[in-house]
Amino acid sequence: MSLSRMLDNWSRLNQRDYYKDEPIMWGMSIDLNKCTGCASCVTACYAENNIPAVGKEKCATGHTMHWLRIERYWDLPEGEADLAVEESEYPERGAHFAPMMCQQCNHAPCEPVCPVAATYHNPDGLNAQVYNRCIGSRYCGTNCPFKVRYFNFFDYSEDIPHPMEMLLNPDLTVRSKGVMEKCTFCVQRLRNAKGDQADKGIRGHVEDGEVQTACQQSCPTEAIVFGNLKDSESKVSKAWEDHNVELNRHEQFHEEGERGYRVFEELNVEPSVMYLDRVRDTNA
Amino acid sequence: MSDFKMKDIAWAKINEDVLASLESPRKAFWIVLAVCFALVLCGAAAEVYQYNEGLGVALMNNPHYWQTYISNFVFWIGMSHSGTLLSAILLLTQADWRKPIYRFAEAMTFFSIATAAIFPVIHIGRVWDMYWVLPYPNQHAIWPNFRSPLLWDAFAITTYATSSALFLYIGMIPDLAICRDKAKGWRKKLYTAMSLGWMGRATEWIAFQKTYVLMACFLVPLAVSVHSIVASDFAMSMMPGWHVTSFPPYFVAGALYSGCAAIITLFVLLRYLFKFEAYMTPEIMDKTARLTFAIAMAWNFLNLSEYASIWYSHDMFEHEMLIDKFTGPYAGIVWTMLFCATIVPFAMAWKKVRVNMWAMFVISLLIQLGMWLERFQIVSPPLASNHEPWTQAVVWPGLVQMTITAASFGWFTMLFLIFCKVFPSVSMYEVKEMVYHRNKHGKKKLQDMEKIKDDMIKTEEGLS
Repeated sequence: MSLSRMLDNWSRLNQRDYYKDEPIMWGMSIDLNKCTGCASCVTACYAENNIPAVGKEKCATGHTMHWLRIERYWDLPEGEADLAVEESEYPERGAHFAPMMCQQCNHAPCEPVCPVAATYHNPDGLNAQVYNRCIGSRYCGTNCPFKVRYFNFFDYSEDIPHPMEMLLNPDLTVRSKGVMEKCTFCVQRLRNAKGDQADKGIRGHVEDGEVQTACQQSCPTEAIVFGNLKDSESKVSKAWEDHNVELNRHEQFHEEGERGYRVFEELNVEPSVMYLDRVRDTNA
Repeated sequence: MSDFKMKDIAWAKINEDVLASLESPRKAFWIVLAVCFALVLCGAAAEVYQYNEGLGVALMNNPHYWQTYISNFVFWIGMSHSGTLLSAILLLTQADWRKPIYRFAEAMTFFSIATAAIFPVIHIGRVWDMYWVLPYPNQHAIWPNFRSPLLWDAFAITTYATSSALFLYIGMIPDLAICRDKAKGWRKKLYTAMSLGWMGRATEWIAFQKTYVLMACFLVPLAVSVHSIVASDFAMSMMPGWHVTSFPPYFVAGALYSGCAAIITLFVLLRYLFKFEAYMTPEIMDKTARLTFAIAMAWNFLNLSEYASIWYSHDMFEHEMLIDKFTGPYAGIVWTMLFCATIVPFAMAWKKVRVNMWAMFVISLLIQLGMWLERFQIVSPPLASNHEPWTQAVVWPGLVQMTITAASFGWFTMLFLIFCKVFPSVSMYEVKEMVYHRNKHGKKKLQDMEKIKDDMIKTEEGLS
């Protein structure tokens, strides 16, 4: 609580690469070419993270808690660009899917606005959310350009009928009414993996493939790749390199065959999730 | 000194008239008070329901994290600003006509802050942990986040509430002493305690005037900064439609505007309920209306320049949001706001309208409606057309939110009317001063008084 400690931490936190010497920075790559929109990642996410299923009525009023959601968009062929989807001759043809979860921004807009510092950046490059500290002002949610933060508008945990509470994952909490929650990159798994490595005497390093997020694990087409971006041998950093996507860039420059981009890069939020653009034949 | 003229009211009659306001208001007073109390009860019921069930019953949802609770918060904080304008700024600029009406304007300031301060409590998800925004030594060993505009809000509002309450109280002390001398029963005890043994000695008056002017000097920049900070809640975020650099001055202008309209509403209301016809004259209404008109024009300019800066900004998201505001599902709200807050004030260009109490009452209510809608259209439509197209959806505030909104008006009016019943809502000593200054005979006496005052200061300096 000392003043000097506060000022010291701040002056360092405001520097651009405050965590640059940390050995781990978790990142992700999602290949939209491979995504079929099957939503098994969504199901896995619900199961892993104790996310409440809110039911039909609350879903209709917009209270769904999907930390990971499949967004569906339509690319209509060139001649039909101005039409509504229903008016298109083959609307199914243009449908494409984007799994959207917390992008773990490195310049996260949610972090500076929280009055009680319930959301902050941890040394592993995660945008952490501390449920116990959250007072529910919901400022983080309004300031998130991806709108991937979910607020507990009701006490969902009370609605779980006995003995269904046995299904809950014991590795993480069940959130109560009035707190904000969001994708954590399955932080409980990452912590376990780090702990296992520490038991073996290795600190600050997790082998690539040693830990998987729930969505990655369940993806049948392996569209989701997850790992340590600071480990140049990991699959995910190779994917970033192959598609010439770098952190600290607000715009990616592509040569042929490079499809990488991050959503809303121009807002300078520096997401840790890279998407690979879907390739489509516009003439067909 | 302004050339403003007022019929000479006999010295003793001022005391009688104002003290009468504490005794026998019109019957309508009790009716209005009962209606307000009923509204407050409805709001309390809605809040209890929302507290038990969760904020979801207010029909806010995931992209619409903020809604009318925030618009109400901004509205009430805004309303408090013109009380400060009327009493502090006009005191420093020595505008004479403020004297009969500034007391209730100050009370309005304090009670609208008291109303605004309730909204964060209603809005927040976990009220029981709300004190965590304060930087107190705690067992968690962590500080709140000083970068967050919400935290600045907490500081700004507590400072503003404290200092405006003090300003109101200090300005009331000489009048409380008059009340003390006349009152009986529980009122006697109350006024005796609150008048702090005021005897009306010259030294007391000197200290009083110094304190009062000092407080005014402190309050003016404070008021401007408070609403700039409230504007920062929006301007510091990156939502299209909120991320506007000109928001702080725009909010301050809007605050003064809606507050002036509120002063006019309460002016007419008090004049009728407490029979203050001799004090709150059409001439004063004329001045207030002119002030309101000038502020309305400033607000309009800033409003239009905000649209212009978005229009010429080439920011895709902001553009879309602006077009959506004017043509989309919120268009009705935006156009009603523009009618009420931009077109209606032009009626005040005619003197006949300015001195007509009931016309001004209707105009002021329309302006306030417009300004409430303005706050709503700042908060809600940007959330409906945010960056992420998949989450874009229109959500209207539910019954719970509207009940609590209505209750806030009831709450404010209730507190305000109770204040006016218990404390003198027209400043007796300042009206006396005004009457005194007005007649030539008085002017000479005044010079004598100032001489005595100077002598006393010299003696004081000599003693120390």
